[in-house]
Amino acid sequence: MAAINVNPTRMELTRLKKRLVTARRGHKLLKDKRDELMRQFLDLVRENKVLRERVEYGIAEANKSFVVARSVMQDETIDTALLLPSYQMSLEVGTKNVMSVDIPTFKAKGKSAGASDIFSYSFAFTSGDLDSAVEELSGLLPEMIRLAEAEKSAQMLAAEIEKTRRRVNALEHVMIPQYEQTIKMIAMKLEENERSATARLMKVKDMMLEKVMEAKKSS
Amino acid sequence: MHNIAVIGDKDSIYGFAAVGLATFAVETKHEAAEKINELRSGSFAVIYITEWLAEELSDLLSKLDGEQIPAIVPIPGISGNTGIGIARVKQSVEKAVGSDIIFNN
Repeated sequence: MAAINVNPTRMELTRLKKRLVTARRGHKLLKDKRDELMRQFLDLVRENKVLRERVEYGIAEANKSFVVARSVMQDETIDTALLLPSYQMSLEVGTKNVMSVDIPTFKAKGKSAGASDIFSYSFAFTSGDLDSAVEELSGLLPEMIRLAEAEKSAQMLAAEIEKTRRRVNALEHVMIPQYEQTIKMIAMKLEENERSATARLMKVKDMMLEKVMEAKKSS
Repeated sequence: MHNIAVIGDKDSIYGFAAVGLATFAVETKHEAAEKINELRSGSFAVIYITEWLAEELSDLLSKLDGEQIPAIVPIPGISGNTGIGIARVKQSVEKAVGSDIIFNN
């Protein structure tokens, strides 16, 4: 690792030493952040996996029921039955701060699953398969919303972990070694300067002594 | 107050209308992309999209991954499960951990 190109002065040395301390501190903090993010992420992604499997299975089942319903009813009847819902599902969106990542939280506002009046049609002209299909789907809705929340959070945390990991690595493998090297280099240069100054002084002293001796001899 | 949207081919999504979600039937991926852009500026917090559309629009989806809302979630359509939903979860694990430690067993 090449040292930074700076003037080997005492001022630069103190400055670099301070920066090294800051870099070490930042490295430690970022490492802790990364570890905690990772822990949260793994919990979330496991939940995400389970939810996704359940939702995908549930939707496939509901689709089967819809296909059966469609086969015994006319398309027009189904359309009129379904296309005018009795209520509108809405969401309350909040945010949750996880290690300074703002992840969204979704809270459903609307009818709860299993309520008896989830059906937007009367039972007279529709098949029972349609009822069970709609019921399956509405039972699945809370999990679908939770899935959306978990999946979004997992994506956002993954992006943040990647960023943090890159910072940790940059500090650990580039910045800190660079500072250490430069500090060592400056310290060595300063010592060298000191030694050469001492040597010069000794030489001057010798020369002066010699001059005095010669003056004494000649007198 | 935000709403939930479902985008996909008509056969895959008409059931969701019955449970109070806003459904938008589209035929092509261009229509779907336009719809997503339109819904983003609206009050939609969650957009469910059928898997084959999600596969076609994966560029657009990964661009929207970083934003807080909307959350775009692939769901299986009537033609069955293509596995892209799980693949996206896998992707984020690989991004965060470096290798896939959740799904490899």
